[in-house]
Amino acid sequence: MNAPAYNFAYLDEQTKRMIRRAILKAIAIPGYQVPFASREMPMPYGWGTGGVQVTAAILGPADVLKVIDQGSDDTTNAISIRKFFAKTAGVATTTATDDATVIQTRHRIPETALHANQVLVYQVPIPEPLRFLEPRETETRRMHALAEYGLMHVKLYEDIARFGHIATAYAYPVKVNARYVMDPSPTPKFDNPKMDDCPALQLFGAGREKRIYAIPPYTKVVSLDFEDHPFEPYRFNAPCALCAAENSYLDEIVTDDKGSRMFVCSDTDYCESRQAAGHHGSLSAAPYKEKAGSHG
Amino acid sequence: MADPDMRENDEPLLVATSLSKSFGRIAACRDVSFALYPGEVLAIVGESGSGKSTLLQLLSGQLAASGGHVSYRMRDGVARDLATLGEAERRFLFRTDWGFVHQDPAQGLRMAVSAGANVGERLMAVGWNHYGRIRDTASDWLTRVEIDVARIDDAPRTYSGGMRQRLQIARNLVTEPRLVFMDEPTGGLDVSVQARLLDLLRSLVAELHLAVIIVTHDLAVARLLSHRVMVMKGGRVIETGLTDQVLDDPREPYTQLLVSSILPP
Repeated sequence: MNAPAYNFAYLDEQTKRMIRRAILKAIAIPGYQVPFASREMPMPYGWGTGGVQVTAAILGPADVLKVIDQGSDDTTNAISIRKFFAKTAGVATTTATDDATVIQTRHRIPETALHANQVLVYQVPIPEPLRFLEPRETETRRMHALAEYGLMHVKLYEDIARFGHIATAYAYPVKVNARYVMDPSPTPKFDNPKMDDCPALQLFGAGREKRIYAIPPYTKVVSLDFEDHPFEPYRFNAPCALCAAENSYLDEIVTDDKGSRMFVCSDTDYCESRQAAGHHGSLSAAPYKEKAGSHG
Repeated sequence: MADPDMRENDEPLLVATSLSKSFGRIAACRDVSFALYPGEVLAIVGESGSGKSTLLQLLSGQLAASGGHVSYRMRDGVARDLATLGEAERRFLFRTDWGFVHQDPAQGLRMAVSAGANVGERLMAVGWNHYGRIRDTASDWLTRVEIDVARIDDAPRTYSGGMRQRLQIARNLVTEPRLVFMDEPTGGLDVSVQARLLDLLRSLVAELHLAVIIVTHDLAVARLLSHRVMVMKGGRVIETGLTDQVLDDPREPYTQLLVSSILPP
């Protein structure tokens, strides 16, 4: 429960107000990077300091929190952040996407469709989509202000010239509400279509870079592309080895040093709930195989 | 010749009226006035520190003038004062109707992206969204500036100095600007490469009916390219006139000195 030394959800109330103001502004201007006075958090930069601050600012006692890291609920990062808020805010936590009201995520959007009344909080390492094209921040801010996004297409052009197709596989730039070009954080481009017209509120927090941006519910989000090289989501061409899902994003897991590999859903909650519902793949663990066998 | 065309050419493209610029107590540019017509090449010559580059920056709207103004006739035929343009308009002008060729190609090019993307950037900036067409146009322009199309995917940092300069020219001309500013475009190139570049520039200028303002300290460049010459000294224009007139029959003592300082061929 609440450790007495901390305010609810770790941050003090003034800080949370400051962050909420930034969030409100971000929602009012979809895709625009709002600067905020990012605080030091008890974790290193790169571990989700931005996402944690956003979550801390929006969390209420009645919220149910889910934290995922690369789709998984049980990696160090996800477990630590979940425990952090269980301890400092005393909120209920869950791994089920449907039950959560706040989902903090690193690098994935859950496979289960999000619904209204949910907030998806992204951890963002580099909020500026033009960063590696134009090193000057003064210049990139001006380019956003004037909607000069030709340079973004230069990057895609380079991809096609070099690889024959748009090889950007993650952090694939999108245009939000037909105005701002935005970096969707390093989610695979497979997830890009899920951001479009999403019923849930999407918030992005970059702690080191001190920026917050947002996609309000039901906002148009378009992945940039060329007419003759349209955007295509990428997925390994295989079913999940555990739940046989054909439409989920897969992780490639190397299983020995002789080149064997298996493909499994990166969203562990999705995979587990499918297995519990009786789906099983080529490499399912024994209990599920038996269960399936005893049923059929 | 068509009538509207004639009328177009009768009106100046760019008019500078008593332009001046001072940096503190130093007057870099004093009371410069002239008019530039479509298709005309104007050379600004003078020694280092005479205010040539400052003048070029004033004319291209990169520096705010301390006095006087510059007006430019837009594509719709309306002359506008550069100082009244918004930043968005000015930047749009810069990537459509204007070109700027820097002395150092690294300033005008993106050294880390391929030549094709360098040429295509302006097209993408004005909304071209078809990879095939952008690439075709880029290849076409590389050919026009005598760069081997096989090198379209190489970054300019793998190019020689002369090739970089030609690439910079292609990148600027791809949107078919009407006015190109050039700041010592042949500086730092060896003589044979210079000659080839000047030859190329001369044919492009004639072919595209470009107006050019070229800053140079090299009178040979002025003689080869320009129709008119302005000689600057200490921030003032001390002599102006047709190129052959100024270079063959200089009136001012300083111009005489400048002309006589060239080694006879």
